[in-house]
Amino acid sequence: MPTPIDTVRLHETPEGVDLALRVAGPAPRAIAYLLDVVIRFALLIVVLPLAAFSGFGTGLILLALFGLEWLYPVFFEVRSGATPGKRSMGLMVVHDDGTPVRLPASLIRNLLRTVDFLPILYGVGLVSMLVDRDFRRLGDLAAGTLVVYADTPPEKPSIPQVAAQAPPAGLALEAQQAILAFAERGHALSEARRIELAEILAGSVGRRGEAAVAQVNAWAAWLARGAPEGRG
Amino acid sequence: MKQDAFEAAASPIWTDYRAMLDALENPRRRRAHVPALTTFPHLHRRLCSDYALARSRRYSPGLIAELEVLVRRGHRQLYRRRSAPLRSTLDFMASQFPRTLRRHASVFWIAAALFFLPMIGMGIAVHQDADLVYSLLDAEQVAEFESLYDPVRHQPGRGSERQADTDVAMFGFYVMNNVGIGFRTFAGGLILGLGSLVILLVNGLSIGAVAGHLTRLDYGATFWPFVSGHGPYELTAIAICGAAGLLLGQALLAPGQHTRLAALRANARDAVILVGGAAVLLVFAAVIEAFWSAGPAPSGLKYGVGVLGWVLVAVYLVLAGRAGDDAP
Repeated sequence: MPTPIDTVRLHETPEGVDLALRVAGPAPRAIAYLLDVVIRFALLIVVLPLAAFSGFGTGLILLALFGLEWLYPVFFEVRSGATPGKRSMGLMVVHDDGTPVRLPASLIRNLLRTVDFLPILYGVGLVSMLVDRDFRRLGDLAAGTLVVYADTPPEKPSIPQVAAQAPPAGLALEAQQAILAFAERGHALSEARRIELAEILAGSVGRRGEAAVAQVNAWAAWLARGAPEGRG
Repeated sequence: MKQDAFEAAASPIWTDYRAMLDALENPRRRRAHVPALTTFPHLHRRLCSDYALARSRRYSPGLIAELEVLVRRGHRQLYRRRSAPLRSTLDFMASQFPRTLRRHASVFWIAAALFFLPMIGMGIAVHQDADLVYSLLDAEQVAEFESLYDPVRHQPGRGSERQADTDVAMFGFYVMNNVGIGFRTFAGGLILGLGSLVILLVNGLSIGAVAGHLTRLDYGATFWPFVSGHGPYELTAIAICGAAGLLLGQALLAPGQHTRLAALRANARDAVILVGGAAVLLVFAAVIEAFWSAGPAPSGLKYGVGVLGWVLVAVYLVLAGRAGDDAP
């Protein structure tokens, strides 16, 4: 199978199935980073009143500065897979086999951020992300991690309950799947677009307009559920 | 088999599997659910097989996507890399860190040489030649160091008005500053090792210059007791961070029989262990520097603690976790 022109990275599991990881590009990651900067800054403002406790408070503020600079991303990535900024952008950090990131890999990618940040504002990291097919900055390359889109729980689409009708014989598997995909998602399209697509699928039998949509749905019902009188 | 019949036959299993995933993904329910877990790998394989069947039979994309999400969630649970945090922290310092360091002893010695040799050389040179210190530090910095360790102020390090309160502030400062330097020394190694090299050299030269200059001014009586307590841990830790950085550089410059990326990954795994151990040493050094080094103890005692520190560091790094050295 040719590599799809897409940001999907396939990982083959030990069970022999391909899992798709959708890697995230520089733009959502930059926004997530900016959100994290804002959150860190807010946290710093929260601890600033500690300065009232003179030396003791100053010590705590300096420790907080250290933690916010170096450990904030590590803490959140190991705990829940993403910093608050990444979470709000729907991103998460995983090992390149799709498993949740653990402490060593998270530490590597976040300590090496220092180099990705060079010379200013993620210059090195951006170049590395644009060169690499999986949008990995240098820290990700060394740690073996990917930033991917987290799963959105799919809403289970259903094939319209209409009277089934057998499609023309010798229909290619790809065409069968296109028919099923249309039946599942057609209701979400605009009417004009729905008719346009249905006419491509059912044009060969001379259906036009809404009749084409009904025809494709009837074929889909047959493909999914079988002939009207019996199953299988 | 038609999609509908396939779904009807398999969906009870999918429901079980989904319930198990929901429990596993919720850490609080995780523990309560352990007995049923023995069937999880079996169920996961079954789901993988259903997913593969659905794909090869070209069932509807919606069904395939639903199964894929289930398989992916299961994959994350079944193959997640586990560790018991508290026990592994102890185990880490007791054996994993010193053992990893010993495995990379040659790189450590190179880093130590890059750090300590310029330090000693610069110290001696500055001690001999009064003007040499200004080649590295500007007049303001030199004046600042002079005032910090001026014997007239009795309390070495910082002013005599110093209190326990200030100690905590200094502790925070040492942690932020020194551990930060350690982390940067490591990260700089990604620039073909050059970043680590430069940081080691510059820090070695600066520390040597300050020590030589203050000794030449006869401020040694305040300077040396102050630094002797935390020096063993802090200096060793910086050298170890340098070694971790050089490991990254080595992977890029001389990857051996691996690709550069594979070598970088392998070396980064070891390097981060060194950095983690060094960070613990640096925090320990910060405790001593903040709460002991500037304290009122007599100089003789401070020197004794310093010598003891070097012995402890050496014994720890050479002997800790030695029993497991043959293990990979």
